[in-house]
Amino acid sequence: MRRLVTDTGIAFTREITPELRYPTTIVLSMMTPLIFLGLFGPLLTGVPGLEVGLPGASPWQWFLPGIVVLLALTGTAGAGAGLLNESLSGSFERLLVTPMNRLAMLLGRTLKEIVTLNAQALLLILILLPTDFRLYFLGTLVGLVMLSVFAVGIGALSFTLAAVSKSQTVFYGVQQMTNFPLVLLSGVLLPMDVAPGWLHTISRFNPATYLVEAERALFVGDFGDSSVLYGAIASVGIAAVGLYLGGRAMTRVTL
Amino acid sequence: MIHTRNLTRSFRVKRKKSVEAVRGLNIDIEQGELVAFLGPNGAGKSTSFRMLTTLLPPTSGTALVAGRDVQADPVAVRGRIGYLGQGNGAGRDYRVTDELLTQGRIYGLSRSEARRRSGELLESLDLGPLANREAGKLSGGQRRRLDIAIALVHRPGLLFLDEPSTGLDPQSRADVWGHIGRLHEEFDTTIFFSTHYLEEADQWAKRVLVIDQGLVIADDTPENLKANLAGDRITITVGTPEDAKNAAEIAERMEAPREVTVDGTKVTLRMSRGDAVLPEFVRALDAAGVKALTAELWRPTLDDVFLALTGRTLRESELEDDQADTSDWQGA
Ligand SMILES: Nc1ncnc2c1ncn2[C@@H]1O[C@H](COP(=O)(O)OP(=O)(O)O)[C@@H](O)[C@H]1O
Ligand SMILES: [Mg+2]
Repeated sequence: MRRLVTDTGIAFTREITPELRYPTTIVLSMMTPLIFLGLFGPLLTGVPGLEVGLPGASPWQWFLPGIVVLLALTGTAGAGAGLLNESLSGSFERLLVTPMNRLAMLLGRTLKEIVTLNAQALLLILILLPTDFRLYFLGTLVGLVMLSVFAVGIGALSFTLAAVSKSQTVFYGVQQMTNFPLVLLSGVLLPMDVAPGWLHTISRFNPATYLVEAERALFVGDFGDSSVLYGAIASVGIAAVGLYLGGRAMTRVTL
Repeated sequence: MIHTRNLTRSFRVKRKKSVEAVRGLNIDIEQGELVAFLGPNGAGKSTSFRMLTTLLPPTSGTALVAGRDVQADPVAVRGRIGYLGQGNGAGRDYRVTDELLTQGRIYGLSRSEARRRSGELLESLDLGPLANREAGKLSGGQRRRLDIAIALVHRPGLLFLDEPSTGLDPQSRADVWGHIGRLHEEFDTTIFFSTHYLEEADQWAKRVLVIDQGLVIADDTPENLKANLAGDRITITVGTPEDAKNAAEIAERMEAPREVTVDGTKVTLRMSRGDAVLPEFVRALDAAGVKALTAELWRPTLDDVFLALTGRTLRESELEDDQADTSDWQGA
């Protein structure tokens, strides 16, 4: 157990150090969400179905929670790419020959992704503060915690994929195939309520949908909304699945 | 230090096809040895190393490494060995010092101990000026030295080096070998390295295991391998075929030669210790009035040993392997 904790710390430190040395990488790795925010966001003014919170609230109030989830679905979901590179180049093999706790290798890396994700989310919030976006502090805080739990699962799943796939083709193939529908059918960019019935039905099987709805409620401080409960269940579920599969993959991995 | 019994490993490549990469390894290596694992690409060197270093579970057989069973107690084995893989041990995006510190922390050094140790290693492997550079920005030789430094952080008593000098220019190779040799001399580190360069096995190892197609086919000192399996060759030329016949008869009467052949005015003798036989032979020819015009002593390399063992030279085996290797598997 002590080994697990110290090794998680060591793995986390190894991963976060390059990022702290070059903080610009945090911004570079959030290009997609930034572009959506800058180019897509302004289009939303006047689109019906985007009202959350008080009547006449800013469309950012609806848009930002989705973008924050998008950060996890584009950034954290790709985290395995780094591990894959390390496994193809030989440095992952070097770590596997050390007595380092295997689960800690997963936890440390995932933890670093969570820190990155939260830094990016905070940056987006800061960018929007001068606009008519209104910050609900407590709701946003809980929203970020829920997002982090979800991201633990997504990140761990990405590492799992990297550990088992052993080739770029397999990793990116599977990653794109699963990630793209996950993003499109989560309602991060457009409300799923206006989608045709069948599409709406499919989106109900997407855990990210529940997270997005929960974040929208939390970002206006609406703790009582039932979506918050569903979002929490979806996030904890994904985290549990991700950690279970990831832990298994790490302890059994051979290169 | 290393004891294996009938260690095997096969890989499934297609649905019903499998490759037997290692077919029954029986190795005993004792404390303080410096052993080369010599064989062509695809012989099974890396697969063997991966089993011995707990990276890959064997298909069958057992292996004790540093006193522990690789399958029953992999974590204990990992704590007692150092490993230099065939790929890049240091991650591309991490700084030289950071990777050394990480490795030290993994092996339980405190922050300050890790810093001291990485300072020592930077110095002894001539990496000092590169301490703050990312590993991905180093030259091949520098990067290999860093990988070696990383493998040494915890002062392992047993070190596995998988092709430590492959891909390096001659200067860097000599460099890397200087460091490895010093490690063996100064700290009595047990070293087991693989190579497909015969010169390297010949020059650095005190014992050579020759591996081909997953089996160890010879195991001895380089000198004994060459003397017993290939032998020296003396070739002389004389003026006339008549003289050649006389020379061959004289050679037959001597004790040493295993084989004497005549080709026109050329006589060839095969034996061990050709350096001692040559002067004696020339004196005998003189005494019999046969005049040798040229005399040549030819000593074997480990390639001749490989040829004697397998009927192919190492270089031919490499070519075969390249042609046979249609999979895109990268021996990372
Ligand atoms: N993961 C793997 N999957 C399939 N075949 C493999 C794998 N690893 C090694 N092999 C095969 O096993 C044989 C031995 O490979 P290896 O141990 O890497 O040889 P060496 O290190 O001596 O060059 C080769 O034929 C190689 O293609
Ligand atoms: Mg190899």
